[in-house]
Amino acid sequence: MSDFPFLLAMIVVPAVGAAVLAALPATRQALARGLAMAVSLLVLLLAVLATVAFDPGGARFQLTTSVSWIADFGVSFALGVDGIALVMLLLIGVLVPVVIGASWDEQAAGTRSMRTYWAWLLLLESMMVGVFAATDVFLFYVFFEVMLIPMYFLIGSFGGPNRQYAAVKFFLYSLLGGLVMLASVIGLYVVSNSELGQGTFAFDALRQLDIDPGVQKLLFLGFFVAFAIKAPLVPFHTWLPDAGAEAPIGSAVLLVGVLDKVGTYGFLRYCLPLFPDASRDLAPLVLVLAVIGVLYAALVAMGQSDMKRLVSYTSIAHFGFIALGIFAFSTEAATGAVLYMVNHGIATGLLFLVVGIVISRGGSRQIRDYGGLAAKAPLLAGVFLLAGLASLALPGTNSFVSEFLVLIGSFPREPVFTILATTGIVLAALYILLMYQRVFHGPPRGVLAPPPDDAAPTDGGGSTAVLTAPAPARTSVLRDLSRRELAVLAPLVALVIGLGVYPQPLIDLIDPGVQATMSDVGVDPGGSAPEAPGGTD
Amino acid sequence: MGPITAPSLAYTALSPLLFVFGAAAVGVLVEAFAPRAVRHPVQVALALVGTIGALVATLLLAGTEEVTAGGALAVDGAALFLQGTIAIFGALSVLLFSERAVDPARSAFVAVAAVPAGSVRDRELVTSTRVQTEVYPLASFALGGMMLFTASNDLLIMFVALEVLSLPLYLLCGLARRRRLLSQEAAVKYFLLGAFASAFFLYGLALVYGATGSVQLSAIRDAGVTEGGGTLLVLGMALLVVGLMFKASVAPFHTWTPDVYQGAPTAVTAFMAAATKVAAFGAVLRLLYVAFGTAEWTWRPLVYGLAIVSMLVGAVLGLTQTDLKRMLAYSSIAHAGFLLTGVIGLGPGDSGYGLAATMFYLLTYGLTTLGAFALLTLVRDGDGEATHLSQWAGLAQRSPVVAALMAFFLLALAGIPLTSGFTGKFAVFRAAIEDGAWPLVVIGLVASAIAAFYYLRVVVLMYFSPAAPDGPTVGVPGLPTTIVLAITAAATLVLGILPGAVLDLAQSAAVLVG
Repeated sequence: MSDFPFLLAMIVVPAVGAAVLAALPATRQALARGLAMAVSLLVLLLAVLATVAFDPGGARFQLTTSVSWIADFGVSFALGVDGIALVMLLLIGVLVPVVIGASWDEQAAGTRSMRTYWAWLLLLESMMVGVFAATDVFLFYVFFEVMLIPMYFLIGSFGGPNRQYAAVKFFLYSLLGGLVMLASVIGLYVVSNSELGQGTFAFDALRQLDIDPGVQKLLFLGFFVAFAIKAPLVPFHTWLPDAGAEAPIGSAVLLVGVLDKVGTYGFLRYCLPLFPDASRDLAPLVLVLAVIGVLYAALVAMGQSDMKRLVSYTSIAHFGFIALGIFAFSTEAATGAVLYMVNHGIATGLLFLVVGIVISRGGSRQIRDYGGLAAKAPLLAGVFLLAGLASLALPGTNSFVSEFLVLIGSFPREPVFTILATTGIVLAALYILLMYQRVFHGPPRGVLAPPPDDAAPTDGGGSTAVLTAPAPARTSVLRDLSRRELAVLAPLVALVIGLGVYPQPLIDLIDPGVQATMSDVGVDPGGSAPEAPGGTD
Repeated sequence: MGPITAPSLAYTALSPLLFVFGAAAVGVLVEAFAPRAVRHPVQVALALVGTIGALVATLLLAGTEEVTAGGALAVDGAALFLQGTIAIFGALSVLLFSERAVDPARSAFVAVAAVPAGSVRDRELVTSTRVQTEVYPLASFALGGMMLFTASNDLLIMFVALEVLSLPLYLLCGLARRRRLLSQEAAVKYFLLGAFASAFFLYGLALVYGATGSVQLSAIRDAGVTEGGGTLLVLGMALLVVGLMFKASVAPFHTWTPDVYQGAPTAVTAFMAAATKVAAFGAVLRLLYVAFGTAEWTWRPLVYGLAIVSMLVGAVLGLTQTDLKRMLAYSSIAHAGFLLTGVIGLGPGDSGYGLAATMFYLLTYGLTTLGAFALLTLVRDGDGEATHLSQWAGLAQRSPVVAALMAFFLLALAGIPLTSGFTGKFAVFRAAIEDGAWPLVVIGLVASAIAAFYYLRVVVLMYFSPAAPDGPTVGVPGLPTTIVLAITAAATLVLGILPGAVLDLAQSAAVLVG
């Protein structure tokens, strides 16, 4: 069973699904979405089976496949996962069906077709699996860049009113980062060529290199810039609020939930093991950026009037925490960071989805167009609150465990930065609860206001979006969550609570990979897997 | 002075040249003697036989390493690879020339070029269905000159080849059926600036001869080694390089490129962008690697600077363009800069990847750019081709296939992975970094990012903008254009995903004798 090429299948299945969808006639919308859902569930199944086949105590990289690809460049099509990559694959597996379910009834405006939307989504899934599963740096780079194209079309074709600007900005930022990384990738190859006598891109071989510290710093910076743009660290973050706000909700979930994690994943997978000396030397720089990100993004988030922008800014703050955990160089903090990557995907994904539901009901992204929704839609309010609480890491939700691990693991090594970052938690409580309070409590406002003294909110962004809910009529705002919406949100709600109470299985999965990474950097992995704080044991 | 003896010619090794020049010569006869009705099919067939025959010949000759014609011609791996590449581009261009389904007047070329633009006869000609067939022999002569250019082992032959390839191109540029004044302006401009470039080349030739006493590349190298060169030699080399860079449209010798690319018939522009670039870089490689390979210090700073200027000029000025043909012209200038980064990677004792990488890049760039120009011929309004950017708005809704192909070619030109453009860029950048030229590569990457903006702008227009109500129509391509599009798109994809075989070929062909 473990010989089955799970990773290859997880790349091929959605890619083939996307091709089939693209070839379907435009009239078969219902068939298209059914097929998209079936394919994404199949990928989830594959991810789960891969997890079963994965032995946490075994080799560092498992489920490996390797075929020589471009012999002249020393490139092979090499796949393999450690626990860190595996949990990201699981996250992708869970989020994609949820996202497809969330836009189940949406219509594309104009001549655009939802079939295309599903096709791009599946292609994106295929590329995302590839980027996490690649164990060849060249292959990683290829997926890293190609991944931009489906997201570019998702934002540009199906996004909000300002989608052209957002799509191009997203693409150019990422491309620039990617190209800088390409210089480092080639540089790595040249170093390997002079050291090993034969150029290679294989991660395991590159890890053994003994690179001159000066060169290490340059190569590190190349990778770092790409990842810092991807995972946006301040000051490379300005594309994310635009992309997050203009992307259709489903794509926004995947963008912030998974795509941007490639950045933090890249720190952990590539920056640390390949350039250990440079990582240690330059860690203060990264930590400064991380902490600035935590505080700055939290403050800016509080000032946002657009809900999607607000959620995007909260993510920038969270990425700061993740970077802090990674560059604190302790097993606990790094395990927390990886767990944070998963939990943030779930919690922010859930938050984006409920915000999307609110927007599709009200036809506006502006917070001021809402008020007193809780009385009319108690279920929606409940899920929104849960997502918000998970986002601000309340104990009992999944994010608490990871945030706690990051802070407790970082404190002994970087007390100043940790204390500064901790204040970010307070700010997080403020921006989340303020948004919740304004939208769901207080007197009915905006779209819920009594008709006479209400001019219909035409200035809201969402109303001219390409993807719209069937009928964003004024009365529909009264509707609570439908059964379909509940079914879509339920898995994420269950994960928020489940992983909040019992995160140990994930930690066990992640820990060996993190320990191996830490020993690459020369940090003593030290002892056993961290226990889940506040766990049930 | 003894009697002049004819040098011995290795006819087999020269068979690619003989095919193309033969087709050109017979084409002239056909033009004179064949009845008008059969001329077009005969000429097309002849030109295709010439180019495809040359391609087959280069494949059969693979592995030949021979200096012939009294040391004036070198038939080696690099010459054959580049001749084969030129033959492919030539065949594809001939197919584009022969397209008769797209233009209502059945050809993109004016029937009688000498008629003054705007005159009564000219207006009659617009609706005439007479077809210009002289373009095929002209193109064949140009192709022959290009192939000779890449194999010339002697500066005089190189100059002759330069003229043989240039003169037909000047003519071809002026033959557009529509917007004739623009086309004629392009021809004159190309001719005048081309003449300047030729003069530079000749002056450089004279200086090099004065410094070394020989025009043969190997003799120049030996003289450089024994006598250490001197100012005269370096100056001569610089002037030769200027002449060649003009043909390769490297900034700052690029000023003709946008005007000529815009004014020339689009099929000719495609031909120039793809094939002339190969020929010019073939000559650059041979000149620098064979004659000055042992004196790398003389040309390295020059090429280094030209590469930077060309990449930045192409990327930055391309941003301001509103015409697709001009935009692709600036793209061509930027790509010339990327090619020069490959030229830098000569490596100690010829060990670098520079030669193979540059040759591979020439192949990938030419195929992609041919495909992109072929698409430009399809999108038309009442006045001919609709090349203004705004006219392409919303094209994806009108013609999904054309928009998808264009987006694909543009992504390849931008160098996105899984397209041939990326593989090529990777190859030249690797060659440059191996040789320690990483600052150049960093600039190249920045230029790529800037240039990506204007490629993306077209994608944005086609896909994300609403269609203009009185937008252009998308012509249904005839068989020739369809073949060209199929081949170029397939090659752009295959060389991006599985480039191994062709990369190996380029690597094993990276041999320069002489």
